[in-house]
Amino acid sequence: MQVVSPIREHLVTGGKTLHDVTEDISRHVEGNPTREWKMVFGIALAVLAYGSYWAYRTWFFGLGNWGLNKTVGWAWDITNFVWWVGIGHAGTLISAILLLFRQKWRTSINRAAEAMTIFAVLCAGSFIFFHMGRPWLAYWALPIPNTFGSLWINFNSPLVWDVFAISTYLSVSLLFWYIGLVPDLATIRDRATGVRKTIYGALAMGWTGGARAWARYEDVSLILAGLSTPLVLSVHTIVSMDFATSVIPGWHTTIFPPYFVAGAIFSGFAMVQNLMLIVRVVYKLEDYITIEHISLMNKIITVTGSIVGVAYITEFFIAAYSGVQYESYAFINRATGPLWWSYVAMMTCNVLSPQIFWFKKMRESIVVSFVIAVVVNIGMWFERFVIIVTSLHRDYLPSSWTYFTPRMGDIGDYLFTFGFFFVCFLLFAKFLPVINMAEIKAVLKSSSEKNTKIENKA
Amino acid sequence: MASKKYILGVFNDDEDVLHAVSDVREKGIKIHEVYSPFAIHGLDAALGYPRARMGVPAFLFGITGTSLAFLLTFWTMGYDWPMNIGGKNFIPFPTNIPIVFELTVLLSAYGMSFVFFGMEGLFPGAKPVIFDERITDDKFVMAIEVDKNVVSEEDIFDVLKKSGATEVNVKEI
Repeated sequence: MQVVSPIREHLVTGGKTLHDVTEDISRHVEGNPTREWKMVFGIALAVLAYGSYWAYRTWFFGLGNWGLNKTVGWAWDITNFVWWVGIGHAGTLISAILLLFRQKWRTSINRAAEAMTIFAVLCAGSFIFFHMGRPWLAYWALPIPNTFGSLWINFNSPLVWDVFAISTYLSVSLLFWYIGLVPDLATIRDRATGVRKTIYGALAMGWTGGARAWARYEDVSLILAGLSTPLVLSVHTIVSMDFATSVIPGWHTTIFPPYFVAGAIFSGFAMVQNLMLIVRVVYKLEDYITIEHISLMNKIITVTGSIVGVAYITEFFIAAYSGVQYESYAFINRATGPLWWSYVAMMTCNVLSPQIFWFKKMRESIVVSFVIAVVVNIGMWFERFVIIVTSLHRDYLPSSWTYFTPRMGDIGDYLFTFGFFFVCFLLFAKFLPVINMAEIKAVLKSSSEKNTKIENKA
Repeated sequence: MASKKYILGVFNDDEDVLHAVSDVREKGIKIHEVYSPFAIHGLDAALGYPRARMGVPAFLFGITGTSLAFLLTFWTMGYDWPMNIGGKNFIPFPTNIPIVFELTVLLSAYGMSFVFFGMEGLFPGAKPVIFDERITDDKFVMAIEVDKNVVSEEDIFDVLKKSGATEVNVKEI
């Protein structure tokens, strides 16, 4: 028996019964796609098709269609990679860390957040392949001896750690997501007929909901959460080490791992906020994704945004305090050099804009939440751009100083991942339950309006 | 295969079924299994099941991952083709930690999950025994196998009704 404080907001409103939950969520899987869905899907497909053209050019003709030059040898490709990986952190964070902390509000958003994670990590992965230049040799990154002898990959390199970290993260997130889906797939199987029953039946793998299975299932989920929590922190730590272990002023910073992880959580929550606000309206799930959920996510966005802000300032201070002129110059150039506008964009979008959520009215406004979430995602893209490009474009040799301008190849490849992401997410939203029904049912009793009202009366 | 006869007590609430389990067990009736749309905490203990210990396979697979990763990095970098990289040790222990960690997590997560799938007979194409299609929706079903009990069918019906079952059905599977 769980005691819920009467002042705590209800996680599920509208006095839903267990059956209502099944109906409300399964309806979208079972019905025909709506006109809005088809329209958005059409746009996503068009973006994917256009992006695919550029992806094809990058794949077959190489990196010449990017705006890279002799000095700036790493720009949008790695910026987009880090951006997508960062976004991919929210899903596992929501389901794993919030599970360990027993935060029940995660139940409404964890499924969609995990799906988003998987697609975002796939998008990030596609940039790894893009910027290999010769993607068909991607297997060289795996620990297999080369063709000329038994020369192995260098396990000292953070890029090799990245291969292990990203692929482990993708696999484990996929597993966590799928195990979470199994009971819900069984729900849909038991409601369906014909071909649909066969397909969802195969996907549900014969789940019956027996007590023994549930007990083990809960144990498995808890241990997976325990494993995923350090995993999610390790992934962005390792991504940050791609930079931090180098000797480039502006990258060579010990603060990178925690600062990148905070930034990843920040941008990931912003993306979840965006997607959930859309899903909420389109699927009419206002009773499941309540203002309370939106407000809680905004609080996390504000906290992580402020952590990132502290990191920006610390970085600046340490650069000056170190007395290393190259280090100091990298940071002064970052803020006042030719790319000052990107620094300003980063600071305002990431540090200033989320501070608006100190006001309850703003935190609970859907429009403000949506706009700020978009702004945060733009800001986090600029953060990576600032770190990567401003540190490179003025190197040790003033004669080779230059500016970076993206070309169509950069933009096209980015669009490709956008198209891919939204096509995947829309397919997920159509064919799989967007909210974890089993977990919602489990928290329904302690946190639905109907039940707590009765309790409070007594 | 000869079909088995089951008495199914259908409940509307998770707490009802939890109390019913102890009522039924007090009468000396053996319960085949209790099915629910979501995990009910304490139900496995009430049914007298041993605690789920999925941590055991998780640990064993995890430690396998750790050992394999150490073996891989030590053998390749220290023995098979030692390389001088910036004058560092041939077996640079700290820089192997990320790989070791990732492989530990990978093997632990997959190993444990597949052990779980195996224990529960979960695989694509598995034919589930579904006592009631509403289990995955909103009903809690207690299945009692008639042949495994000495208590008469009528008594089982009575106990189930008394402990709050909204329906009592008989099903042969």
